[in-house]
Amino acid sequence: MFGDYSIGDLGSIFVMQGFAGLILFSVYVLMALGLAIIFGQMGVINMAHGEFMILGAYVTWMTSNFFQAYLPGLFAGYFFLAMILAFIVSGALGMLVEWALIRHLYKRPLDTLLATWGLSLILQQAYRSIFGAREVGVELPQWMLGSLNLSDSIQIPINGIFVMTLTLLITAVVGYLMYKSRWGRQVRAVVQNRIMAGAVGINTEKVDRYTFGLGCGIAGIAGSAFTMIGSTGPTSGQLYIVDTFLVVVFGGAASLLGTIASAFSISQTQSTLEFFLSGSMAKVITLLAVVGILMLRPQGLFALKVRK
Amino acid sequence: MSDENKQGLQSAFRRKLLMGMAAIPALTMLPRPSFADTPATSAINTTGLAVTDTEVTVGILHSATGTMAISETGSIESEKLAIAQINEAGGILGRKIKIIQEDGASDWPTFAEKAKKLLVNDKVAAIMGCWTSASRKAVLPVLEQYNGMLYYPTFYEGLEQSKNVIYTGQEATQQILAGLNWINKEHGAKTFFFVGSDYIWPRTSNKIARKHVEQHLTGCKVVGEEYYPLGNTQFNSVINKIKLTKPDVIFTDVVGGSNVAFYKQLKAAGIDLSKQLLLTISVTEDEIDGIGGENIAGAYACMKYFQSLDNPNNKLFVPAFKKMWGEKTVIGDVTQAAYLGPWLWKLTAEKAGSFDVDKIAAASPGIEFKGAPEGYVRIHENHHLWSKTRVGRAKLDGQFELVFETKDLVEPDPFPKGYQ
Repeated sequence: MFGDYSIGDLGSIFVMQGFAGLILFSVYVLMALGLAIIFGQMGVINMAHGEFMILGAYVTWMTSNFFQAYLPGLFAGYFFLAMILAFIVSGALGMLVEWALIRHLYKRPLDTLLATWGLSLILQQAYRSIFGAREVGVELPQWMLGSLNLSDSIQIPINGIFVMTLTLLITAVVGYLMYKSRWGRQVRAVVQNRIMAGAVGINTEKVDRYTFGLGCGIAGIAGSAFTMIGSTGPTSGQLYIVDTFLVVVFGGAASLLGTIASAFSISQTQSTLEFFLSGSMAKVITLLAVVGILMLRPQGLFALKVRK
Repeated sequence: MSDENKQGLQSAFRRKLLMGMAAIPALTMLPRPSFADTPATSAINTTGLAVTDTEVTVGILHSATGTMAISETGSIESEKLAIAQINEAGGILGRKIKIIQEDGASDWPTFAEKAKKLLVNDKVAAIMGCWTSASRKAVLPVLEQYNGMLYYPTFYEGLEQSKNVIYTGQEATQQILAGLNWINKEHGAKTFFFVGSDYIWPRTSNKIARKHVEQHLTGCKVVGEEYYPLGNTQFNSVINKIKLTKPDVIFTDVVGGSNVAFYKQLKAAGIDLSKQLLLTISVTEDEIDGIGGENIAGAYACMKYFQSLDNPNNKLFVPAFKKMWGEKTVIGDVTQAAYLGPWLWKLTAEKAGSFDVDKIAAASPGIEFKGAPEGYVRIHENHHLWSKTRVGRAKLDGQFELVFETKDLVEPDPFPKGYQ
């Protein structure tokens, strides 16, 4: 298939394809991080993860509209505020949901699947009633559009670089929170032994609530960032949920490193295959590979002890 | 207990109110001389449809919830507009149209079940509805079994024809061939790269497009054909392939949420649509709402209708639509096609002098609608519409600028010879 092209062309394409893989990797990590925290640390199967992401996207859309109407001069920078707001709104809703719904189901983790699935349907209909059934277009500041020209034939999308930077930043913050901070120690203590953690004076309810809130908040940031590359509509969250679970389960629940490793291997496999085969075949083969590996290693790539 | 009592009282009150309301049209109609012209119900309804002396019932069957609500909302809106306008103008055969709306909920078995409910329980005289081919295929056996009439608005892949369906959108050859010819002649395009979502409509459409490019356009070839699963959100790989093969035209039929991702990423990858030709058959004004005008400006779309069309009918239609559904709403190709359904049905019923489905089906070929926003249309023997094909260029504000239209109406050809 390469006979007709010059070496220079091919070189450029491989550089760009490499970046395409890295961008896909960042997207996967970003969407899976929130779920990895909730599913990994709390054992809650959050089927409404995609809806929390879309909440972030809607918050971004509203912020964008607000800035256009009242502060057009500051429009270039609205996206940063939008991401913070997305984190706060999705996180707050997450904590509310934990308080109202999830905390009653900790002893029945499988039922959380059904409860959060119901929640996802409720949220979808709520978005439809509030924002309308049609997709909304989120307008972005000019500097976030277009591409960076490394050479005449190599163009790297700016939004891709933005997502990569954001992913690095959030992963670093989450890593610090989980493994270096006092709060992270409490979270891990509750994961390992809830009763003992309570006995030594950790407020386990509070830890649960904040963990769930953090996971949902990060989903909100991911949703906000994805307005650059995807659609914003009541059911857009469904587009991400399958890939998200795939990444988390394949990486091994409860392991941040596992999530990253699995996002990396899935994204690289897929983007390489996409280039040589068609998009649908690439997806099929990637899924087959994941299923195969999970059959041999059901606990995922990196497995730690999880709350039973 | 007390709650039940309250409910009982309420519903008794409501019943009285309804009875009172029902009497109003009867009272207002009595003194009118035109009442005498109205044909007797027994003459225009011999098969037990829901037709009374003052009313005829139709069903609207679209997804108001679920993933397809994004697309189908526009169709519901324009069908309701058309019905309101028909009622204002006196209704059909002296009867006002009453709507029973059912929600297909983006679920194909639900569509079939609701269609059955509309036909068997409500005895509707016609159904305006369905959007995806999958929902139409689910409803088709129900229509044929219970002899119902469906007006189907979406442009689709063809390969179907039924006595019980009027297809008011374009079938694939009508939509595609003229556009390919135009871009070949006008822009000298020789190489084509196809990108589509992976299901029946893009695959069939691209098959037709490929045959046409390879057999009917001299010196032209297809340099790539790619499909992505529905809902895919990452297109960087295919964009790189497009950059490698440098086609003259990117020909796309990506649908749904993927559409938005595709155009955003195309723009982000530095492909400038003011220089790179792109011809799409799946982006209407509705989709641009989600994609954002700045991401798709410069692309060409091949359809039969654009909101910006400059003709007297459309100048009445667009303001009427916006007045009913809000200043910000946009009107895409399918929304306009859905608007045709009730009107075509009215004209057919008046020609047939009956609401009977068999008579409607038989009277349909040759029905002309001069008031269509897209301009004059006519129903073909095969129950599809003769209509013009147009190419529009997307502008920053999300509207299309008409750049080409066929001189004559294009004949619908759902079973194209040499393209299968």
